[in-house]
Amino acid sequence: MTDTGTEAQFLAYLSEGRFMLQRDPISGRAVFPPRLRMPGTGTPLGDWVEMSGRGTVHAVTIQQKRDAAARAIVLVDLDEGGRMLSQMTGVEADAVAIGDAVQARVVADAEIPHVVFEPAKGAA
Amino acid sequence: MTGFPRARTAVVGASTFGLGECPGWSSMEMTAQAAYLALDDAGITLDQVDGLFTALPDDFLGGLALAEYLGIQPKVNDNNRTGGSSFLCHAIHAALALDAGLIDVALITYGSNQRTASGGLVSALRSSVYETPHRPMMPVGGYALAANRHMHDFGTTREDLAHVALAARAWANKNPEAFRQGDMTLDDVLSARMISSPLTARDCCLVTDGAAAIVMTRADRAANTRAPIPLLGGAQTVTHKEIAAMPDLTVTGAAITGPQAMQAAGITPDDVDCVQLSDAFTINTMLFLEDLGFCPTGAGGRFVASGASAPGGTLPVNTNGGGLSCCHPGMYGLFTMVEAVRQLRNEAGARQLDSPEIAVSHGNGGVLSSQATLIFGSPSTA
Repeated sequence: MTDTGTEAQFLAYLSEGRFMLQRDPISGRAVFPPRLRMPGTGTPLGDWVEMSGRGTVHAVTIQQKRDAAARAIVLVDLDEGGRMLSQMTGVEADAVAIGDAVQARVVADAEIPHVVFEPAKGAA
Repeated sequence: MTGFPRARTAVVGASTFGLGECPGWSSMEMTAQAAYLALDDAGITLDQVDGLFTALPDDFLGGLALAEYLGIQPKVNDNNRTGGSSFLCHAIHAALALDAGLIDVALITYGSNQRTASGGLVSALRSSVYETPHRPMMPVGGYALAANRHMHDFGTTREDLAHVALAARAWANKNPEAFRQGDMTLDDVLSARMISSPLTARDCCLVTDGAAAIVMTRADRAANTRAPIPLLGGAQTVTHKEIAAMPDLTVTGAAITGPQAMQAAGITPDDVDCVQLSDAFTINTMLFLEDLGFCPTGAGGRFVASGASAPGGTLPVNTNGGGLSCCHPGMYGLFTMVEAVRQLRNEAGARQLDSPEIAVSHGNGGVLSSQATLIFGSPSTA
């Protein structure tokens, strides 16, 4: 991978279908959004590692624009660390609740590659 | 070092202009007109202004444009943009510059014609590549996520949220300047169109035109004006920009700025007679009342549902009707300052409180991102 800022690097990984984040070597937790150094301390960040994509819904709001289906906009806490704003797919918006176990899915083929979430398999 | 210059500066002029709809006026003209009215109120002429503070809605270099429009060459031109809290931050910076002798007269002014010019909310918020692909409706979505979490963690209900809107309307009905008046019921709020759950249209602020301005001087000079209101304390902070980065969805930076500003002023929440705060959404009022120390964390819903913040309550909040029922031209902070000053001057008409001595003004910017708190006193508290 060419030498770029971490934002471009993250998006480049996503465009290959890979959900990668940096880890804080001190806590071992993943950091989102990608940064040049650790937020708050300015200490070095570790190498990029592939995320499991497992997470938990921290908060949800349902939004509906004119002539479109209702969507669940969520904040998801990733198991490995980091909190992301995203949206739920594969589930009715009003069935999404705080505490739901969710699984990331990379949308690589988009103007801006991104990560959406769906209910985790086996979750009630 | 002694920290904040307690009571060493004062507001000597305050104004509002064009609240609601102000067709045919540019945002700059509204901003300038509010400034002229505040200077008239202070009995100070334009040529004495040497500190100019603004955050205009539609011009990145609005601070420069305003200096040109007014025809002055200020020593300090502060165009700090922290959203709706900008003007409270300006007041803190103005107090420091005045106290240091860098300037003698500070003018803080703002105007927006967003309602009649575009009919829609002017949003200068730019979202990151991490938020943009999800096309969330912001800023309402950020506040809705915080409300959802508050309900989950503390048992807050949609009815609790609605009581914030009802209290605001009850105050607005006493304020002839308020844009929205008339009876409103709990059901009106709950059955209004859902914008971003759990927030309905009635949980969201108005989209109006409006302008306001404040003039500040050092206390010695203020003593020669008709009704100086001393600035006793101030504090500001930033905790994040986008909602995903907010450290705790149910605790805002007001938990930092409130105690800090009150300590600077030498007061506690028990000393406060009224609170004027940024209520762009009903959840804001709850969060800020909790974080500023007027009720325990998580108890904001029960506090407002008890009627404590409404007319006749123990802690009057947003006595002008707030952003929910008085006006919201996009950035609300300066209106919290003007209403605090009017109450402390006993100039608030039908909504006047019984000789208040301490008023808290609290501004919010972004999605609960920037917080700034000011403590104003009456002349007897200086």
